[in-house]
Amino acid sequence: MVDMFLFGVFPYMALVLAIGVGIYRYGFDRYSWSSQSSQFLESKALFWGSIPWHYTILLILLAHLLAFLFPASWGALLGAPARLIFLEISGIALGLTTLIALAILIFRRIGNDRISAVTSKVDWLLFASLLLQVATGVYIAISLRWGGAWYVHTVSPWLWSLVKLNPQIGYLTSLPGIVQLHAVNAFFLVAIFPFSRLVHVVSVPLSYLGRPYQVVIWYRQRRSS
Amino acid sequence: MDIRAQVSSVFHLDKCIGCHTCSIACKNLWTDRRGNEYMWWNNVETKPGTGYPTQWEDQDKYQGGWERVGSQLRLKQGGKAGTLGKIFHNPNLPTIDDYYEPFTYKYEDLTNAPAGKDQPTARPVSMISGKPMKIEAGPNWDDDLSGSNIYAANDPGVIQLSEEEQQQLFAIEKMVMFHLPRICNHCMNAACVASCPSGAIYKRGEDGIVLINQDKCRGWRMCVSACPYKKTYYGWSSGKSEKCILCYPRQEAGEAPGCFHSCVGRIRYLGVLLYDADKIEETAMKADGELPAAQREMILDPFDPQVIAEARQSGLADQVIEAAQNSPVYKFVKEWGIALPLHPEFRTLPMLFYVPPLLPVLSVENNGTQKISDDFFTSLEQARLPLMYLAGLFAGGNQDEIKAVYRRLIAVRMQRRAESVGDLSEEELRTARELAGLDNEALDAIYRMTSLTRIKERIVIPPMLREQAIEAGMDPEEYKQGMGFGSRKAPKRRW
Repeated sequence: MVDMFLFGVFPYMALVLAIGVGIYRYGFDRYSWSSQSSQFLESKALFWGSIPWHYTILLILLAHLLAFLFPASWGALLGAPARLIFLEISGIALGLTTLIALAILIFRRIGNDRISAVTSKVDWLLFASLLLQVATGVYIAISLRWGGAWYVHTVSPWLWSLVKLNPQIGYLTSLPGIVQLHAVNAFFLVAIFPFSRLVHVVSVPLSYLGRPYQVVIWYRQRRSS
Repeated sequence: MDIRAQVSSVFHLDKCIGCHTCSIACKNLWTDRRGNEYMWWNNVETKPGTGYPTQWEDQDKYQGGWERVGSQLRLKQGGKAGTLGKIFHNPNLPTIDDYYEPFTYKYEDLTNAPAGKDQPTARPVSMISGKPMKIEAGPNWDDDLSGSNIYAANDPGVIQLSEEEQQQLFAIEKMVMFHLPRICNHCMNAACVASCPSGAIYKRGEDGIVLINQDKCRGWRMCVSACPYKKTYYGWSSGKSEKCILCYPRQEAGEAPGCFHSCVGRIRYLGVLLYDADKIEETAMKADGELPAAQREMILDPFDPQVIAEARQSGLADQVIEAAQNSPVYKFVKEWGIALPLHPEFRTLPMLFYVPPLLPVLSVENNGTQKISDDFFTSLEQARLPLMYLAGLFAGGNQDEIKAVYRRLIAVRMQRRAESVGDLSEEELRTARELAGLDNEALDAIYRMTSLTRIKERIVIPPMLREQAIEAGMDPEEYKQGMGFGSRKAPKRRW
């Protein structure tokens, strides 16, 4: 029963929250739609935390996403031992870097009075959740070998069953508890996305590359006559 | 031609007494909020000095403004891809310590302290963390401290002077200073606009005021580092960047901006300039010393029938063209040629111009004294600021620009002296006029505009024609992408 809720119902609740509250916040309080940078108050530690954190977490998320979207190709990619070992090692290295970077970011917020002053309760909740997520991820990568391979036969079908609105929780219940925790916490992060600074992940300003440097806006029709 | 109108300003530095009334007016109007305490959209610096934030003019340190790369104009902090590449951490961003940590005092300790042997004191506390702090800097911390080895000696403009010029600046009886009030320049080629990844910063087409759409700003902070004048500020509590809005809500109601209205020395002039927007990039590509002249070239004569016809074609209302004809800024910048842009070499084409302070100016060039006018109490020989220092501030290092302005200002003074005291020969006056390239009528007009005019002549606000705005029939936030801020909701985070 609990398993059904955690693996079959909670993911949907998280997604509904993320989309529903996300749209509400974007529509009615767009002013707050950002990650509220604290670099202005502390820059040095942020450099060592933020840059490795963002690049490594993006690569790790990309790997999770690719293995979910294209399990067959991903499985074929890991077919050769050399490629499997390379991916396993680079995954662990990236995970460890992420963990260290996150630790830097957390200590930066604890140890600096100025940064503490601009850190909200939701920020702490987010940090706790992220720390749990990264720590369990690294633990799984080290203790449960060849995650790149077993992911495509367990987690990927589970996620696809969620997409098809026919949750097959059996894929997860047979996995070790630590993996289950990792999976549920992932959806917890999805759930708190619209309430937290995480909203900035959907505001990547790529359109900047295509626009002209100068922006001029007229408040009247320009050539009315 | 693509003719646009711009509300522009002139600050007359000879008249600035450094009283900071402008700063206080601005502070009370716009930045008296948590996270904005450190912001001074209007500030008054003592020059030579390091300024606010410290050494803001040093672009090797802050990487603000534009640079020429081959035949291209590029943001100094990097092109578009380079800017996006710094999104996780902006290495050029100043931190609060480059400005100062805002503080208050625990005043309640004065009355709540128990009886004791010692006087109770009000300890300073940080306005960020609320904890006790040691105050090491504050607003105008170096006010009037020019000539000091901490401030004046570290002025980026002083550092580039010759050894001899520097020594003269610090000689005990020759020490010198003047005040430099600064607001956003509402540039034609604004670096803040160009650097904003979200596209939240924009220039208003009708009046050229540069604003940050607070709902679109995602707090990437690229504008703070890109603006070479450091006139966009990051609100650390709201997570938004904010800047001078040239009091557009006041202007739309026909009132002068707060800092202009409150100016005790009446140093501030405001009016419309017409310019050709097609020439922006070409002008910004000119060599450093040619920039002031090239920028003047862009500014069009509002009395020229051809310009008027083109302006109408470009959609400018007749009232705006009329306001441009009455603009004191046009007179200062174009007709009389006595106002120059601040640091034109940053290539943002700033639209705030300064009449450089006439005295004390030291006429030293190439380590030798140079005679510019005949001996007189306002002559450059008796003045004390190196021309090179002023040229570095207002002319991209071009001393000829500064000299031209000073010849005109000196001619005005000589003419007034002749009129009121009568101890100057017609010969001397004629020489001064010829050097200045201005006739008696123009000299009179400069004197009048500098000393006698009332607010309606000094500050000529064009009709903003809000009644014609599209938003009258549409959702203003939908069309205009939001106002400056706070128009419908308080600028406060609720999430």
